[in-house]
Amino acid sequence: MELIQQLINGVSLGSIYALIALGYTMVYGIVKLINFAHGDVFMVGSFVGFYSITVLDLSFVPALLISMTVCALFGVLIERIAYKPLRNATRIAALITAIGVSLLIEYGFIYVRGAQPEAYPNDVLPTDKFNIFGVSINSQSILIFGVAVVLMIILQIIVHKSKIGKAMRAVSYDADAAKLMGINVDNTISATFAIGSALAGAAGVIFGIYYIKIEPLMGVLPGLKAFVAAVLGGIGIIPGAMVGGLLLGVIEALVSAAGYSLWRDAVAFVVLILILIFMPQGLFGKNKKEKV
Amino acid sequence: MLKIEDINVYYGNIQALKGISLSINEGEIVTLIGANGAGKSTLLKSISGLLKPKQGKIIYEGDSIGGKAAQSIVKMGISHVPEGRRVFANMTVEENLQLGAYLRKDKAGIKQDMEKVYELFPRLLERLKQQSGTLSGGEQQMLAMGRALMAKPRLLLLDEPSMGLAPLLVKQIFHIIEEINKTGTTILLVEQNANLALSIADRAYVVETGRIVLSGKSEELTASEEIKNAYLGGH
Repeated sequence: MELIQQLINGVSLGSIYALIALGYTMVYGIVKLINFAHGDVFMVGSFVGFYSITVLDLSFVPALLISMTVCALFGVLIERIAYKPLRNATRIAALITAIGVSLLIEYGFIYVRGAQPEAYPNDVLPTDKFNIFGVSINSQSILIFGVAVVLMIILQIIVHKSKIGKAMRAVSYDADAAKLMGINVDNTISATFAIGSALAGAAGVIFGIYYIKIEPLMGVLPGLKAFVAAVLGGIGIIPGAMVGGLLLGVIEALVSAAGYSLWRDAVAFVVLILILIFMPQGLFGKNKKEKV
Repeated sequence: MLKIEDINVYYGNIQALKGISLSINEGEIVTLIGANGAGKSTLLKSISGLLKPKQGKIIYEGDSIGGKAAQSIVKMGISHVPEGRRVFANMTVEENLQLGAYLRKDKAGIKQDMEKVYELFPRLLERLKQQSGTLSGGEQQMLAMGRALMAKPRLLLLDEPSMGLAPLLVKQIFHIIEEINKTGTTILLVEQNANLALSIADRAYVVETGRIVLSGKSEELTASEEIKNAYLGGH
């Protein structure tokens, strides 16, 4: 029973990783950049949610929406200021810039508001416990998982059915060919950052509700782990990020369940190393073949 | 319809086009022939906005379009079918065609043009829901052309439509190019198969190392000894 409970924890944690990993993978898919500032967008989202709930006295859904909107704008701002001028630069230049942006956000944020942590109020979502076959389940876990699933379904609909989603897929496959269709590549890239950042914002709010404590450097570790999740699923592949995130959450929970909870963080990176050695294209990646 | 005056185009420090001038009249099929690396594709990319000319003018219907963004050039009615088809292999045939009409808002017109594309290329209709990466080379060429037509172009730029295709299929594609031209679309065709290109074109320009070395009516060029020896396999 303990095991099943840990699995449920793992799924909750995993759905947070998955939401963050989606932003990594979408951005990588379209501009081939690992946006290391993405974990900090998640942090900003968490704080925006916190202030919406405590200062503006809003409930969960409006706070979630505000956080997603602010993060979407923030993501576009980062892209326009920091990454767009480097569009034709080397990939290492963009990567180093991403690390710089990440540090700038973290310490800029601390400079402005201080480093002290905050605690999410614990009555944002109902915390009833109910028993199913002897397993006690917290209603929060269910709600968190539900919100993550709904967001992922909406994302899939946007990517596959909407015009902007088709433009995103076209640009990520072949930017020049997309230009020839009349697609505005810059706007499409901005839209990708907006959507990915909005998901990170949602993850931030969910994280706050589930783990209570938030602080300005909270984005570092979940950000890196979400990156691992994205690589695990196959970087650039959207369903891969979803599955990779959930899987990583479950692996961590199982490691904790086995009594090695101190090793939790290390295991995520062991997974990264193993994937890079044995399956660098990830679970969902395939080796592309070209046709003449 | 299109007038190019003395353009110079560079890839970094390497000059790919050296003072090229040419003109295309409405309703014509004009072909650019020349060896690999002569600059034919570069010229098409400069027209469609993928490359910016450093000097010179590109004038389309009285407007200067040299250096404009690719999406505004598509909007003005120039579609470019790039070399190697460049279909979106990760999407279905239908999605590729929809992307061709990306800038259009007239739903009824889009639907009508879809039907027209199916008429020209019945194979695409059979494969509508298939991932376009699974199509044969010939089908991908058809898709690339159909996708470009979905933008309702008045000038169609075709880059090596015969590349890598079986002779029978090439014949079919070239027949369709003539059909498209008959419905009022002006065509600029880049082709290594000079014989074939001259057989459907009204006029031709011969490109060599970034310069136009010869131009004229197709019949004249076909008859010219120089062309025969250099490009038509000689006798």
